[in-house]
Amino acid sequence: MSTQMLTYLFVGLSFALYIGIAIWSRAGSTKDFYVAGGGVHPVVNGMATAADWMSAASFISMAGIISFIGRDGSVYLLGWTGGYVLLALLLAPYLRKFGRFTVPDFIGERYYSQAARIVAVICLIFVSFTYVAGQMRGVGIVFSRFLEVDVSTGVIIGMAVVFMYSVLGGMKGITYTQVAQYCVLIFAYMVPAIFISIMITDNPIPQLGFGAEVNDGSGLSVLQKLDGVLLDLGFSPYTEGSKSTIDVFAITAALMFGTAGLPHVLVRFFTVPKVSDARLSAGYALAFIAILYTTAPAVASFARLNLVDTVHNTAYEDAPEWFGNWESTGLIAWQDKNDDGIMQYGAGAALSPIKPSFDGNTGVHGERLLNNQPTESANEVYIDRDIMVLANPEIAGLPGWVIALVAAGGVAAALSTAAGLLLVISSAISHDLLKKTMLPKITEKQELLYARIAAAVAVCIAGLFGIYPPAFVAQVVAFAFGLAAASLFPALLLGIFSKRANKEGAIAGMSVGLVFTFTYIAYFKFVAPELNNTEYWLWGISPEGIGTIGMLLNFAIAIGVSRLTAKPPQSVQELVDNIRIPSGAKAAAKH
Amino acid sequence: MNSDQQTNQDSDISQMDNQKYYWQANLKLLAKLLVVWFTVSFGCGIVLADWLDQFSVFGFKLGFWFAQQGAIYVFVVLIFVYARQMKVLDRQFGVGDENGADQESQP
Repeated sequence: MSTQMLTYLFVGLSFALYIGIAIWSRAGSTKDFYVAGGGVHPVVNGMATAADWMSAASFISMAGIISFIGRDGSVYLLGWTGGYVLLALLLAPYLRKFGRFTVPDFIGERYYSQAARIVAVICLIFVSFTYVAGQMRGVGIVFSRFLEVDVSTGVIIGMAVVFMYSVLGGMKGITYTQVAQYCVLIFAYMVPAIFISIMITDNPIPQLGFGAEVNDGSGLSVLQKLDGVLLDLGFSPYTEGSKSTIDVFAITAALMFGTAGLPHVLVRFFTVPKVSDARLSAGYALAFIAILYTTAPAVASFARLNLVDTVHNTAYEDAPEWFGNWESTGLIAWQDKNDDGIMQYGAGAALSPIKPSFDGNTGVHGERLLNNQPTESANEVYIDRDIMVLANPEIAGLPGWVIALVAAGGVAAALSTAAGLLLVISSAISHDLLKKTMLPKITEKQELLYARIAAAVAVCIAGLFGIYPPAFVAQVVAFAFGLAAASLFPALLLGIFSKRANKEGAIAGMSVGLVFTFTYIAYFKFVAPELNNTEYWLWGISPEGIGTIGMLLNFAIAIGVSRLTAKPPQSVQELVDNIRIPSGAKAAAKH
Repeated sequence: MNSDQQTNQDSDISQMDNQKYYWQANLKLLAKLLVVWFTVSFGCGIVLADWLDQFSVFGFKLGFWFAQQGAIYVFVVLIFVYARQMKVLDRQFGVGDENGADQESQP
């Protein structure tokens, strides 16, 4: 069977599985819809959390980014796993004990204020939509390359599937499909990683192969060889960073605290039966995530080595088939600057502007010709870093079924995260905005209906983001984490660990954290992008890391203002006492 | 919030003390674990990484290994240690949820 047919088959089968699960696990009540009935086993929840968490960015882009920035890529590895320690130790068990449906629910009740609830809803919607847009781009890439349908059709198919199981099944449907999606995505990630590790180092475990000797008889380890090869081509060595320590520190912290404050992750811990299950479940979640996160940096180094080997100093006409495949999607381009028919790869941007724009003609060697001007750099090859994981099986010459598997895995990663995000958006609207604020008189049936309508609307908006991606998608990823760290995390933490924290403090803290971080990022990303460099940054901290400062500001203001204003009422102090002990936890309840 | 029934004043106070000590024990455990969390990630993986790179482990420079592998393994272990230690504390102070869990949902 051709790779193309296999891909249709794998992706089709996985879709059938997700839809089957959706029909089997329809939601009958708001409790089913918001927190999957509250009886999810901790291991199952851990697996679902892992799929929820690992998005198209983790599956498709992360290894690619690390591949190109080497040591500096550690910020993502540390940031996106270390946050779980904070989540497990500082938030998840207490929020589970609190036992309501949404994150703004906690903020609204703990700070006895509708205004605080609304601020939390705004933060949540902003963070979640930013994130969804990225998932849709991931779906688009996979469909356009592997299924050769155009991006819009791909997005519509993907949205139809998400629509089926999130609108019908709510959290219940999402939980069980996410378990299936975790299995698909981790299998799809590990199989090529193992193959490539064997190919390069003879060691089947990528985490060990990463440090092992290359089997080319040179006696060098993977990283030594990579450092040497990159240095020869004019890059900086793979294992040395180029970002300043303070910036690496700030970015890692923003990603960690942001992770702990992300509503779609937090809400997963509302679905387990007990407080002790919430603690354990966070451990399982991180263990499942760590399988991919410790493999990713290994894949990144193998892929880079492989890429240089196959592309550099190869005649275009002798280039392997995958090169042409990816060139036709526009994610690879070659401009023969010295007219020798041979591809030279090296440091520096190959093209100006950086992204290729094809003029529709082909050159003497069969390459797609470009409108771009050549740059001074001797580098002739443009490679989009998003393709590293997706192209890896082809680069390594693996069989067709592995390639098909990776396509199904990429789709699973994107869909599972999209569904989790859409759910928190819809429950924030139906539960926090409608039921708790605007229409307190609606019945449970009506609330459930509104939740479904909100989910349906959110799916459509997310679909539009996928079909007409805003030019700034890649730019705003920093927003999601920075804003979650600067707005939600301190309010949640103080709500549990400080009885003195009151509504004035929380509202002032969240607002200042949000506005400060938003302004800093917006200024450097959109208003004055030409100033976006170390010289103009506050204390050398990039927009990606500024959420850390926003968070510290939030803490300082929330604590200061709380001390200067009245104590929270007695009932709230009792609430805090109550969430601090595990006993007497009720399953997440309507109230 | 479950409104309390009429309870004996004394037992009420000793229960509050019990909760207070439980909470302090919890905070102490958190502090220890978070020190480890900070040390392996921000310490070994970032601030001390360049210095640690002079040592080598499993074919990696040590600082690089912490940043791209080691810290992640430690994180996983930390959460399981926390879950286990908390279970011990829960039992010791009699505030656990083993029998208290009410899985009966409301409509």
